[in-house]
Amino acid sequence: MKNEWPLWEVFIRGQHGLSHRHVGSLHAPDAEMAIKNARDVYTRRNEGVSIWVVKAADIAASSPSDKGPLYEPSQSKVYRHPTFFDIPEDVGAM
Amino acid sequence: MTRDEALFEYLLRLGDNTLILGHRVSEWCGHAPVLEEDIALANTALDLIGQTQLWLGLAGEVEGKGRDADKLAFLRDAWDFRNVLLVEMPNGDFGRTLMRQFLFDAFHSILLGKLMKSSDPRVAEIAEKASKEVSYHLERSAGTVVGLGDGTEESHARMQAALEYLWPYVGEMFTGDAVDAEMAAAGVASDPASLRADYDALVGRVLGDATLAIPDSPFAHKGGKTGTMHTEHLGHLLTQMQWLQRAYPGASW
Repeated sequence: MKNEWPLWEVFIRGQHGLSHRHVGSLHAPDAEMAIKNARDVYTRRNEGVSIWVVKAADIAASSPSDKGPLYEPSQSKVYRHPTFFDIPEDVGAM
Repeated sequence: MTRDEALFEYLLRLGDNTLILGHRVSEWCGHAPVLEEDIALANTALDLIGQTQLWLGLAGEVEGKGRDADKLAFLRDAWDFRNVLLVEMPNGDFGRTLMRQFLFDAFHSILLGKLMKSSDPRVAEIAEKASKEVSYHLERSAGTVVGLGDGTEESHARMQAALEYLWPYVGEMFTGDAVDAEMAAAGVASDPASLRADYDALVGRVLGDATLAIPDSPFAHKGGKTGTMHTEHLGHLLTQMQWLQRAYPGASW
């Protein structure tokens, strides 16, 4: 395992104005090669205008086993959705 | 030799270089050491085949005998090919493939830079499109040559061996003949020898970063671009590349 290149997560911006989206991962020896590999693996069909890569090991993630305390409390807070306001017709679709 | 005859010959050289190297690189498809390199090599091969369609397509048009890019690619025999010997050399190990790629990419990028200013707008247009692809090929192959050359003891030894094996095939890219003289006189292309100084500067810098020593022998194999003598490797390559059109003439999908 020690000889394996580190894993990188790849984020691509599809068009100007959109945000970068996670598209997948790949292996590369360093950041520069990770961007080149991402160009070759994930933008062959004109998918992007910008690439971000980040070492997978550098991403801090929430734990799936914490999903009860993290997410369930918000399920019963309907008043947090802005559905209780009357929107003037002039405003149109929001 | 009329100007169009010289231009036809010149375009064959451009198209055959990209065709034969493109085929060689495609031989790695499914075999590269890691998935990412496999896809990158396939992309490079496809870029080169795409450029071949343009160069050989234009060659057929200039020749005016009804041969299109496919006919030129698949229905000529070894002695009619005009690629430099460097691009027909077998892949060897991954290091040798990347060294060959770098030695050609460096030449290719300098050549296309000149061709973008060609007096023939058809040539300039193809060169413009190809040069974007080739800039990336060069960036990638140069980076890999440095990474492997200045890498482990084994990768360094393999890259030095690859350089020594391939260096005698570099000189041919800068030799000129009557075709080159005619193209230079017409402003279509530059005299190949005039590209050498830029090449030596670029290759010297990258190989220096790669801690590799350029062999000091000036010996250069020749005969590919003039078609007088290819290596034995070209015929083997063609049997595989052309077999379908030879076995089933006119087959298409």
